[in-house]
Formats: sequence, C-alpha cells, structure tokens
Amino acid sequence: MKIAISISGNKLESPFDPRFGRAAAFCLVDSETGEWSAHENPALSASGGAGVQASQFIAKLGAQAVVSGAYGPKAFDTLSPAEIEMYLAPMEETLTAAEVLALFKAGKLNKAAAATHAGHHDGHH
Amino acid sequence: MRIVVASGKGGTGKTTVATSLALSAGDSVRFMDCDVEAPNAALFLNPKLDTRKEVGIQLPVVDESLCTHCGKCAEVCEFHAIAVIGKKILVFPELCHGCGSCMLVCPEKAISERLDVMGVLESGLTATGMEFAQGVMNVGEPMAVPIIRELKKWNFSSLRGVVSPEAIPSSSGRLFRREERPPRNDIIEIRDSPPGASCPVVETMRGADFILLVTEPTPFGLHDLKQVVGIARELGIPAGVVVNRDGIGDNAVEAYCAEAGLPILLRIPMERRFAEAIASGKTLVDAAPEYRPVFQSLLQDISARVAA
Repeated sequence: MKIAISISGNKLESPFDPRFGRAAAFCLVDSETGEWSAHENPALSASGGAGVQASQFIAKLGAQAVVSGAYGPKAFDTLSPAEIEMYLAPMEETLTAAEVLALFKAGKLNKAAAATHAGHHDGHH
Repeated sequence: MRIVVASGKGGTGKTTVATSLALSAGDSVRFMDCDVEAPNAALFLNPKLDTRKEVGIQLPVVDESLCTHCGKCAEVCEFHAIAVIGKKILVFPELCHGCGSCMLVCPEKAISERLDVMGVLESGLTATGMEFAQGVMNVGEPMAVPIIRELKKWNFSSLRGVVSPEAIPSSSGRLFRREERPPRNDIIEIRDSPPGASCPVVETMRGADFILLVTEPTPFGLHDLKQVVGIARELGIPAGVVVNRDGIGDNAVEAYCAEAGLPILLRIPMERRFAEAIASGKTLVDAAPEYRPVFQSLLQDISARVAA
C-alpha cells in the first residue's frame, strides 16, 4: 500500500508536518517494500484551495492512504471520493516520517471520520 | 468622463462629496454607488429604483456523461475550485471566481455555466433626472468584485425607455454597430467607491479617467490615503485630493500631498451644520447652496486635468 505522509523536508528522517494542504512536502512510502520518495507540495503557495490541490496531487502520486495532523473540509471532500484513507498522527509530538510510518504499520493511527477543523477560506477580496 | 470618489479610510466623506459633485454637474450625469456592501448614496439622492437585475458569477456545471476526467479544467483553475480525482469531478463554489476558464479548456464541452446570484443591481432616475444605479450584495457573500463589475456594465438606456443603442439609426441612416456607437463624452459618470484599499476599490477605479481622493487631516486619513494613492498610480489614473473636516488634526496630509505632487482641489471645513444636514439625509449642496459653484469649479478643474 502506498502511503503519503506530510513532512517538512525531503527524507524519511524529516520531521512530520501536521498540516495537510500547506505541508511543505509529502513522503510517499510503499508499506510493503519500504521504497520511498519525497515530493514538494505544489499547494504550499496556493492562494486558496490548498487542501483541494494537495489532495489531487497525492492522488496523482498514487497514494491509497495519507497521514497528516488535520484535514480541512475541502481536503476531506476531495480525498473521500478518491477513496484515499485519511489517518491522523499526533500533532503535538515531534515525530519523524519514519516514526509515523512505524505507528501506521503497527495500526496505532486513527482514521479521520470527518474534517478536523473548519475551512480557512473566508473569501477573497 | 468617469470620476471615482475614493478615500481608503471609511467615513471621510466620500458619499458627501460624490453626491454634491453629481448634483452640481448639470443634466448629463450618472451616479453609480459601487459600495455594494453598504450602498447609501440613494439616501441622499432619492432615486426611484424601479429596475432590478440579479447578478453574480457563473459557476461551472459538469455533465458527467461527457466528462472523460482528463483534468484540464482542474489544471487551469487558479483557485482550485474544480478538482478531478480518479473518476470523480468536484466543484467548490466558494472557491470559484467565475472566470470561465474551465469551460473554455474542456475538450469534451462537458462544462456549462449557471448563475450564482450574489446580489442585485437597482437603478432608476432621481427627481432631477439623474441616472442612478447601485449594487447591493447579499448578506454572507464574500466577494464584492463581481457585483461591481456588473454594475459598471449597467445599461442605463433602459431607464429612459430607449431601445437598445444598437438599434438607433445614425444620421447616415445605417444602424450603429456596437463599436461604432459615438463615445458618450458628454456623460459625467460619478462612482462612489467602497472604503478600503482592496479588490473592490481597484475594480471601481479600473477604467476611470480621474480619482478624487477624499481624506481628513488626521493620521488615520493620511495612512489610508497613501494606500489608495498607490492603487491610483499603479493603474496610471490621475488623482486629486479633497480635504474634508479641514481644520482638525494636523498638517501631515498637506505635507504628504506637496511631497507626492498630489493637488489639493478642495477643502471643506469642519462645521457642525454640515454634519447635522448629512445626519438628516440632506446633501452638502442642499444644506449649503454656496457650495454648488465650488463643486462646479471642482468639476471644471477635474475636466481640465483629464483633458491635459
């Protein structure tokens, strides 16, 4: 299974980034083979709709699951129909992507059943 | 000639100046209240608002039976308002700016548009025959720009029961085509701008010939004046200043105008009778008729600067 983990760096040892739409990058890991690659998040500099853009990006990467710290309503509405499973990793602790992957493999991460916070979009002016 | 009355800071007297300027401008004057979040010029000019039109932006509607999920629409969308993910296509109306790019790039012609109503335009004539129009944004809408854009396109000829200008025969007996219509230089259009220095103000100023900046001689007035001067310069439109409530505050606005090469075209002193008149719904020129020739010469001054 291919998992996208939001990170702020470009390695498996990079720190986990608890933001989804505005994550610096995504680490794509194959949970069976351990193969991984890092991808800069194109939505980082989006003026709006970052969650929508990041969701499409990881879908194109072929991710079947994603681990982040929070999902906004538009990210949730985009990832759900794509059947990409959303997992939550603790936002408080300073974990590396590798440690998040270990938690995922051990079945210790919960799935997000709904958007974890309200949207950031309060209108362009 | 199109004149925008703007200020940056709210409550400096934009509507006071705009309405009095309009009432001093003769017969061929048109007033547009572009402060669509809180239009209030009608309280002073009392037009008979008998023409209405719902306006908004065009949202994409996807015919899923034609969509091949190629993703071109999502790629072109600057605002990520349309997403293609696997075999699903999603539209996020609150992100959409109604630009129509998705519809243009769709190779399958699977996208059509529907109007998302954001507000209304209201229009009518005043008792003195002035053409008046205002935009009124619906409560809860986040974007004023689409309403202002539609307001600027408003066809005033409908107010006078005139058939569409395209159908009016010219002196040569031919019908005017749109681009052949003679320019209406005789009409003086006055746009009352929203406060602030963001997109609605930029949209109000775009296409104008002159920007009249109403300020007050206070640090707040000056701070926001500088911001709108920046917009006027960016748009390349000449500007001049009206100092309202002259006599209060300090001399910093005057010093800034001198340094920035901004002409101060009019000073209106701080007087209790003006405030009382405006609070009771009277315009400045109605309350103080001696200001009518003052506004007439302001208009001549602006015309000369536009012609220069």
